[in-house]
Amino acid sequence: MSDDELIWRIAGGSGDGIDSTSQNFAKALMRSGLNVFTHRHYPSRIRGGHTYVEIRAAEHEVQSRGDGYNFLLALGDSFARNPQEEAYYGNEEIKPLSENLDELREGGVIIYDEGLVSEDDVEALNLDERAEENDWHVFPLDLRGLAKEHGREVMRNTAGVGATAALLDMDLEHIEDLMSDAMGGDVLEANLDILHEAYEDVNEEYEFEHDLRVPTGDHDTEQALLSGSNAIAYGAIDAGCRFIAGYPMTPWTDVFTILSQNFPDMGGISEQVEDEIAAAALAVGASHAGVKAMSGSSGGGFALMSEPLGLAEMTETPLVLVESMRAGPSTGMPTKPEQADLEHVLYTSQGDSQRVVFAPGNIEEAYEQTRLAFDIAWDYQIPVMLIYDQKLSGENKNVDVEFFDREPSPDLGSTLTEEELKEAAHDNSGKFKRFNYETAEDGVAPRSLPGQKNGRYLATGNEHSPVGHISEDPDNRVAQMDRRLEKLEAIRTELNEERDSTQTYFGEEDAEYGIITWGSSQGAVEEAIDRLNADGHSVRGLSVSDMMPFPEQEVTEFLESVDEAMVVEMNASAQFRGLLQKELGRFGEKLTSLLKYNGNPFEPAEIVEGYEVNVAEEEREPTAQVRIEPAAGD
Amino acid sequence: MSAFNAIGDEREIDRDEYTPGVEPQPTWCPGCGDFGVLKALKQALPEVGKTPEEVLTVTGIGCSGKLNSYLDTYGFHTIHGRALPVARAAKLANPDLEVVAAGGDGDGYGIGGNHFIHSARENHDMTYIVFNNEIFGLTKGQTSPTSPKGHKSKTQPSGSAKTPLRPLSMSLNAGASYVARTAAVNPNQAKEIIKEAIEHDGFAHIDFLTQCPTWNKDARQYVPYVDVQESDDYDFDVHDRTEAAEMMRETEDVLNEGTVLTGRYYVEEDRPSYTQEKQAVGEMPDQPLAERYFDDDAEWERSYDLLDRHK
Repeated sequence: MSDDELIWRIAGGSGDGIDSTSQNFAKALMRSGLNVFTHRHYPSRIRGGHTYVEIRAAEHEVQSRGDGYNFLLALGDSFARNPQEEAYYGNEEIKPLSENLDELREGGVIIYDEGLVSEDDVEALNLDERAEENDWHVFPLDLRGLAKEHGREVMRNTAGVGATAALLDMDLEHIEDLMSDAMGGDVLEANLDILHEAYEDVNEEYEFEHDLRVPTGDHDTEQALLSGSNAIAYGAIDAGCRFIAGYPMTPWTDVFTILSQNFPDMGGISEQVEDEIAAAALAVGASHAGVKAMSGSSGGGFALMSEPLGLAEMTETPLVLVESMRAGPSTGMPTKPEQADLEHVLYTSQGDSQRVVFAPGNIEEAYEQTRLAFDIAWDYQIPVMLIYDQKLSGENKNVDVEFFDREPSPDLGSTLTEEELKEAAHDNSGKFKRFNYETAEDGVAPRSLPGQKNGRYLATGNEHSPVGHISEDPDNRVAQMDRRLEKLEAIRTELNEERDSTQTYFGEEDAEYGIITWGSSQGAVEEAIDRLNADGHSVRGLSVSDMMPFPEQEVTEFLESVDEAMVVEMNASAQFRGLLQKELGRFGEKLTSLLKYNGNPFEPAEIVEGYEVNVAEEEREPTAQVRIEPAAGD
Repeated sequence: MSAFNAIGDEREIDRDEYTPGVEPQPTWCPGCGDFGVLKALKQALPEVGKTPEEVLTVTGIGCSGKLNSYLDTYGFHTIHGRALPVARAAKLANPDLEVVAAGGDGDGYGIGGNHFIHSARENHDMTYIVFNNEIFGLTKGQTSPTSPKGHKSKTQPSGSAKTPLRPLSMSLNAGASYVARTAAVNPNQAKEIIKEAIEHDGFAHIDFLTQCPTWNKDARQYVPYVDVQESDDYDFDVHDRTEAAEMMRETEDVLNEGTVLTGRYYVEEDRPSYTQEKQAVGEMPDQPLAERYFDDDAEWERSYDLLDRHK
């Protein structure tokens, strides 16, 4: 934990503009040359409730939220309900202040809106005493009053940002620019007045005794601030996807929204439909007719997609589905991250069904693996899934703009043209042998599209002959089944041997101890390993993205190279560790699990602590809300 | 230049082109009404000038789902109840395709009922034929959403306690712009209605009575039937929603009493199809999207050009 970084937390109620304010503040920090990473915590409700966004900014790379934070802007919840103290959810008005104190670091700074929270409520918190103990620097400011004086009450965000900038000795230039981009006229005028007034008031009224200042940084190249959902949507655009069908569900809605907003200008089509069965079935239909199509959902909606997924597998219709996990089971905790749908995504759908599954670990991987998903799906005519979660979906990070400077790839893969169809094999009545196992390569039999000459065939979810006719002939069954299974093996070979590995490694190659993770826990693990190694430990990390086909060789080599390893994942049943042991059939005695499923993503310190408890075999329970599952035989 | 040259191909079409080389004889039971749908389609398609490779026949599961095994067009035999969402998307992806969706009463009015309502509501330009035999046939005779009240089956041994669903009324209320009922025993009317449905620019729903001689002997053969347009006993305007609704209700009421009424019930010619509606709000390209992937000159937008909003 270092204080060469700012971790600014803006807290309030849903509907208080926390999201947009934090987005602009993060951009301002990025423009000033810092690396930024955001973390969003919000309830499943439209107005009110405890919500915050955390922005971590540093000169060094930031891949994760930090441990706690060091600057609180508590706006007060203007939509608070149940203000009685005995209410089930507690007094909501004070929550932006009260709920956030436990994680504030020593020496931290607090601004709260004394225009919105009552003095009695603050007193009840023992704030003075706690501030004394923790060396917190508290600034009660009437943000609401200031906002009302120059504009409207809702602009107290801006007052808070102005005060923040003053306390951090931050230049207002980038903030002003971003405001001017986002608004105009009287609204802009009022906001700029509020910003400046808050900035000057704080500078005039207070002697600063806190050490925290905004770090300085400098980017060599132009940066863009993107979320994981942006990256997935942009990967799809660059892969030539122009059709999306969906049904709203948090957190998947982000990808659906981004593509729905972009497709009209690109000649693409977005369909919001009656349910998730229809959504996935539409993607199958569009793909069947020759368009690169996708759909997606979160766990509950994806449960409905099980049957169209199987249909795509059996008819060999290329398809990309994304699954944005949230805490389950059932409706679970709609706005909280979890990595507990892995087995759901890997194994749903009847029969010996098969699919490819990627789990990107960060924003760059989300983009690249989305493109990879489309490539594989259209080359091999197989459903490919991306599994990610509420954390990756909503977190923002700065990425080199040049990272996106790539050629689009709208290629339809193993699809024939009419010229090629003329030469292709047909049966004696002129039907195209679309599922021709005799000439398939890597299990792939090229396809035709409806409306093409000499291409007609029947696509069916039943077992079928080479022209697609329903068939229960045993020889044909085995030949078709084997051919379809061969595709997954060919994909395994392509991923292992012909493409750059999608797995990510950290730490020292010859380390004694390993930490394995998957998906969005990657960043916290990376930072934890850096810290452990800086403290003289010998730790190596592996973040796995290929869930299916599983990178057996890479994981085996990794596990053979270490004495012991800890598997870090955000679920209660150690699903990835289960997959790992199923695929590798050994290493049970080497593997422990660090599990977290309280609705909040890992902080690096929790992983460091998990390592300490595990490796030092300290006779203690972790202090964080995590669970350790011992190795087999322990 | 099109990548889909079967579409709009102007040539003489032989009816036999629609009969596949593999399994030219359907495996439906002798006397099954499904033969009537197949025959009517084979007659109607050439008469409206459609060649096999510009037609996509999308079916569900059940005896009816085998339609495209015996009709030699491009075919997609989907899963139970899901023909319509697959068909809709194919039409959006390539609006020049002639899309015909088909399924049974269990498929379309039961498990796929939600898709039926929304496909009708959105008025996709396609034909939807529901093989209505008032029974689940392929699973051996269970009660279906259109089975009459009191109908006994293995799963409702004391007789169904449910009133049958009203397919025509439901279709009208959901928003279909062409609604008709025909019967397998009335091949000429069936052919003409299919032709009208295909030529109609919008969602055309045909409730097609297909007798099941094996599992639903109660329904007899849907004879004698009456064509409501030809009979002097009925007089209503198919363009008038209120009159159509009344006629539909009566038709549904009397079916289980043994009076089989058929014909056109509702025709709304000036309502824009979904494609037109979507183009009108700027969310659907003017050219078929499927063509773009074969156009070497097509410009593909890049995310790199969207990054200004993130800087």
